Amino acid sequence: MQTSFATLSPLARAAVPATSTRYSPELVLWEDTLPGGASWSGLLRRGNTMRLTDVHGRANVSALFFNFEDRNERYNMPDTLKAQHTAFLTRGHALYSDMGRVLCSIPEDNCGWHDTVCGVLDAERMTAKYGEARYQQARNAMHRNGRDSLLVELGKWGLGKRDLVANLNFFSKVAADAAGALHFDSAHRQPGQYVDLRFEMNVLVVLSAAPHPFDTSPHYDPTPVQMTAWRSGTAGADDVCRLSCPENDRGFINTERWFL
Amino acid sequence: MTTTVESTLDPAHAVVDQTVLAGEPWVQRVRKGQTLRIVDLEGNQAVDTIFYNADDPLERYSLTHTIQAQGALYLATGSRLMSSEGRPLLTIVADTCGRHDTLGGACACESNMVRYALEKRYMHSCRDSFLLALARDTDDTQPLHKRDIVSNINFFMNVPVTPEGALTFEDGISAPGKYVELRAEMDVTVLVSNCPQLNNPCNGYNPTPVRMLVWDPS
Repeated sequence: MQTSFATLSPLARAAVPATSTRYSPELVLWEDTLPGGASWSGLLRRGNTMRLTDVHGRANVSALFFNFEDRNERYNMPDTLKAQHTAFLTRGHALYSDMGRVLCSIPEDNCGWHDTVCGVLDAERMTAKYGEARYQQARNAMHRNGRDSLLVELGKWGLGKRDLVANLNFFSKVAADAAGALHFDSAHRQPGQYVDLRFEMNVLVVLSAAPHPFDTSPHYDPTPVQMTAWRSGTAGADDVCRLSCPENDRGFINTERWFL
Repeated sequence: MTTTVESTLDPAHAVVDQTVLAGEPWVQRVRKGQTLRIVDLEGNQAVDTIFYNADDPLERYSLTHTIQAQGALYLATGSRLMSSEGRPLLTIVADTCGRHDTLGGACACESNMVRYALEKRYMHSCRDSFLLALARDTDDTQPLHKRDIVSNINFFMNVPVTPEGALTFEDGISAPGKYVELRAEMDVTVLVSNCPQLNNPCNGYNPTPVRMLVWDPS
């Protein structure tokens, strides 16, 4: 017999809430606005959710995730995609670590497509695309690229280039044609779109709101992202992410064993 | 639609000619200007591969830089494999298969547990081969660990992505004797796991040996 949620011991099942908790304003813990182009990092504990909202409909949020207790364990793009047979992420998906655990999951998303494969721009490519705007002239309106921004945030936690793996790009849609050529969908984003990241582990979150590498706009004009942390609890037994595929049933079991 | 390009190099003149059995790792330094050929001897065999700058392994193959540079997902003749510093590590100069995967990554005990069953934990996997090779076969002055295992290339593996964003592992488009050939643009360390996966069609459910050849510049 193969292990599934239905076959777990009573104690293991009792560690999972019967139902998932939906967003409500009284559950909010804190809010902050990430200015366009800026970066952020911090700890989101198991059972809390971070809602990212694209305020003006032109945002991109590059993101990396690490197990706070063992930062060698990190978001793994291939394991996430192949477990769920998808090249993009949206509602019902889980973000897997390289250790077969769910770092966070997406119980709500009205954007519908978050890019997983295109990475970030570095300084050289950003300058080639948008020209130069250094601090000396532009002050805090200087151009900030995703790679340098992620390195700054990683450095605050003792991490660096070795940890700069393939990242997520929230709010950006890039689809492949039959030959594999990639196309940025500039009409996909809308003001007010949001995605919920519900943390199933204690997770170090690293974010950059710099432009997507394939953004078709010729101007450097990144826009702000609202961050709303709220107390959701973990995925319930009835949760859309847990039930979306048998792979996720097993992934959540792996994750919950870390905390039993 | 794929394009294939054949090579004129003669195996009799190769300076390295080794067979890597299924389920085993392989580590080899390839110098700038040398050509590496990977031969899928029996067909439909995934060859999980990571490249490192031989002198500074902090610079390594980067899937996102490679995808950005060519604006496309799959690898074929002419593809430049880019490093994490945005520099070309190698260029694909010949290829009789026509398409290679950038997204599937390597199998691991832990991902097998998620994908197939928790009970699959004890099956052999590419990441175990990578971990063993990094611990045993690489330079002790620059030790590499799990952190250094980044998204790899899967030569001969077919992971099509649809315009709607679906991703599947399909039967290989490779066949016995198909090969891919790469010219090193800098001195590189090649880390290979000849994939032991038995749970999906990436190896035709029968992992088989591959042949690795290296030629000096002509």
